[in-house]
Amino acid sequence: MRSGSPPVPDGTARVRAVSRTRLWARVSRWLFLLPALVYLSLFFGYPVVKNVVMSFQEYSVATFYTGAAPFVGLRNYTTVLSTDVFWQALLTTVLFTVGSIAGQFVLGLALALFFQRRFPLGGLLRSLLLLPWLLPLVVSGTTWRWMLDTDSGVVNEALRHLHLLSSGIPWLTGTSEALVSVILVNIWVGVPFNTALLYGGLQDIPARYYEAAKLDGAGRLAAFRHVTWPLLRPVAGVVLVLGVVYTVKVLDIILVVTGGGPAGATQTLATRSYELSFQQFEFGRGAAMGNVLVLVSLAFALVHLRADRRARNT
Amino acid sequence: MNSAARPSARRITALLGTVALVLAATGCGGGTGSGSADGKVTSITALDYYTDATEHAQWGERLTACGKAAGVTVEHRSVPGASLVPQVLRQASSRTLPDLLMLDNPDLQQIARTGALTPLDRYGLDAAGYTEGIRSAGTYRGKVYGLAPTVSTVALFYNKDMLAEAGVAVPKTWDELKTAAAELTRPGRYGMAVDANATFEGTWQFLPFLWSNGGDETRLDTPQAAQALQLWVDLVRSGSMSKSVLNWTQADVHDQFVAGKTAMMVNGPWRMTAMNKTKNLHWGVAPLPVRRPGQTLVTPLGGEVWTVPQNSSEARRQKAARVLACLNDSANMLALAEQYHTVPSRSSVAARYAEQVPSMAAFVKSVEGTRSRTGKLGVEWPRAATGIYTAVQAALAGEQTPQEALRHAQRIATGS
Repeated sequence: MRSGSPPVPDGTARVRAVSRTRLWARVSRWLFLLPALVYLSLFFGYPVVKNVVMSFQEYSVATFYTGAAPFVGLRNYTTVLSTDVFWQALLTTVLFTVGSIAGQFVLGLALALFFQRRFPLGGLLRSLLLLPWLLPLVVSGTTWRWMLDTDSGVVNEALRHLHLLSSGIPWLTGTSEALVSVILVNIWVGVPFNTALLYGGLQDIPARYYEAAKLDGAGRLAAFRHVTWPLLRPVAGVVLVLGVVYTVKVLDIILVVTGGGPAGATQTLATRSYELSFQQFEFGRGAAMGNVLVLVSLAFALVHLRADRRARNT
Repeated sequence: MNSAARPSARRITALLGTVALVLAATGCGGGTGSGSADGKVTSITALDYYTDATEHAQWGERLTACGKAAGVTVEHRSVPGASLVPQVLRQASSRTLPDLLMLDNPDLQQIARTGALTPLDRYGLDAAGYTEGIRSAGTYRGKVYGLAPTVSTVALFYNKDMLAEAGVAVPKTWDELKTAAAELTRPGRYGMAVDANATFEGTWQFLPFLWSNGGDETRLDTPQAAQALQLWVDLVRSGSMSKSVLNWTQADVHDQFVAGKTAMMVNGPWRMTAMNKTKNLHWGVAPLPVRRPGQTLVTPLGGEVWTVPQNSSEARRQKAARVLACLNDSANMLALAEQYHTVPSRSSVAARYAEQVPSMAAFVKSVEGTRSRTGKLGVEWPRAATGIYTAVQAALAGEQTPQEALRHAQRIATGS
C-alpha cells in the first residue's frame, strides 16, 4: 500500500520551483537593499560626484544662477597644491590629527579602564563624562576661547594664582601655542566618544580570561598586555579610524576657537577649504581642497576595512 | 546560504557606509523659497539677516507698513548672517529667490554678477542724493542694484572717566593715539583695543588706518600700508594693546570696553544701545585718528542694501521695488537711523539727523568720507580682504615684519 506519502513531483517541476524560490530570494534581497541604496546614492553618492566634478570646473557665484561652469581640467588642483599655504595647512592637519587622536585615545582608554572597576557613583560619573559630547561645539568652543584668553582667561588666572607662571601664556595668540590649544580643546571634545566605545569593548571581554590570567600569575600589566589589548584591538581599530575620519575634517572647533589664526597657525585643510568656498566664493578650488581631504579619509577607511577583514578571517 | 556573495556584498555596503561617514561633513540642506503667484499680487517675500528677536520684529513692522502702502503683505524671513549668501546662492540656482532681498553691502557685487538681481532703474529708482560710498557699493557695472536706508562705519570710542583721570585728550593723530594708549594702560587694563582677528571683520577694522594714510587694496605692499600696520604692531609691542586682539571679534572688543578693561576701542555705532544700558560707563565717540594732521579720514562703509532679485513675475518685482523705495524714503531713513544709531544714507537727511541727534555727529561726519570695500576691486574684493587680515595677523603675531606681511598679502590678493 502506498498510503499517506505525498506524490513525488517529477524532476523538472522541482527544478522550476527551486529556481523560482531562488529568484524570489534574490529579488527580495535587492528589494530590502533598495531603500538604503536609493538613500545612499541620493544623499551621499550625488554630493561626492558633484564635488568631484566641481573641482574640475571654474565654479563661481555666477554658476549658481547661469549654470555655466567651464571645464578647467586640473587647474584648480594645480593652483591649490602650488601654494605654500596648502603645504602648511597639510602639515597642521597632520599635527592636529595625530595630536588629537593620541590624546583622545590614551585618555579615553585610561578612563574606560578606570570605569570598568565598580565603585560608588561610577555609573553617574560615567554618564557625566559624556557631557562634552552632548554640548553644541559652538558653545563649548566659545567657552574655551574665553577660558584661554591671555589676559582675562580663567586658565592663565588659575596658573598665576598657583604661582606656576608670572606672565600669561598666549594660548590662542601665540603662533606656536595656538595649535596646541586647539588640539587640547579637541581632545576634550573627543574623549567621551573614545571612552564610550572602548568601555563598550571592555565589557565584551569575558571575566574568566582575567581569572585564568591571574591563576597563571599575570600581574595587572601583563593582564592588560595579553588579555585586554589583544581582545580590544578590533574595537580600538574602529575607534582610531573613526577618530581620524572625524578629526581631519574638524572645522567648527577651529573656526570658533582661533578662526584659523593667529597668522594661519591653526589653518587646516578643512578650514582652508571652507575659506576658499564660502569666503572667497572659489567653489572649484574649495572643492579641490575638499577632495584632498576626502581622499585622506577614504585611505584611512580602506585601511580599516582591510584590517577588519583580516581580523575576521583569522 | 550563498556564502560566496555575502562577504563581498557586505564589503560594498561597508564601503558605502564609510563613504557616507566621510561625507557627513559636506551635507547641505536644500532651501525652499516661495513660488510666484499669477494674477494680482497680494503678498511678497523678504529675506534678511536680522535674526535678533527685537530687530526682526522691528524690521517686520517696517516691512509690513511699507507693504501696506504698496498694497501687499510681506512675508518676512531672517537667516543668520553667515548663511545668508550661501542661502541666496542656493535659491538662485533653484530659482526660488525672495522678492525683496537684503545683502551686506560688500556682497552685493558678487550676487549682482550672477545675474540674480535686477537693476533698480527699471523701477524708476536711482541713487541720486546718496553718499558716494553707498552709491558705489550698490552699483555693479554702472547700474544701481541696491539701496540702503542707513549706513554706518567705525569710530574711536573712549571712556571719558579714564581719559580724565589720566589727563589725556582724545587723540587726533597716530602719535597722540600711541601716547594716549600708553598713558591709559594700567595693570589689568589696556589703553586701546581693536578687532584684528582672522576674518573680514579684522580687515574692516584695519581699513580706516590703511586708507586714511593713502594705502590701497589694489596694491598692498606700499610704504603707506606698512606705516598703518606698524601702528598696530607698535600698540601691541608697547603693551598698550593686548595681543589677544588677534582673536577678538568686534563684540569681544565691546565687552572689554564695557568691562573697563580697555580705555579706547574701534567699534561701530550699533554698540551704542548696549553701552547706554551699562551703568557708570561714560563713553564718548570721536573720528579715528589719522597719521598726521591734515590727512583726510577715510573709513569703510558699513550697511545693508536692499535689492530686487530676478524672478519670474514682473508684477511681484514692481511691488517689491515699491516696498524698497518706501524703506528708503526720508521718514524711514530717519526712523531707522535713530533706532539703530546708524546714519541716513542720503546726505540731506543725514544733515538734518546730525542736528537732531548731536551724539551721532561724529558718525555723520565719518560717513561722509566712507569708501565702499568693493568700490575698486568689485568681485575681487574677498581675496584682497583675505590678504589684509592675513598680513595683520602675521605682523601682530610677530611672524613677519609689516613689509614682509604685506608683500605676502599682495600675493594672496592677486591669487599668485
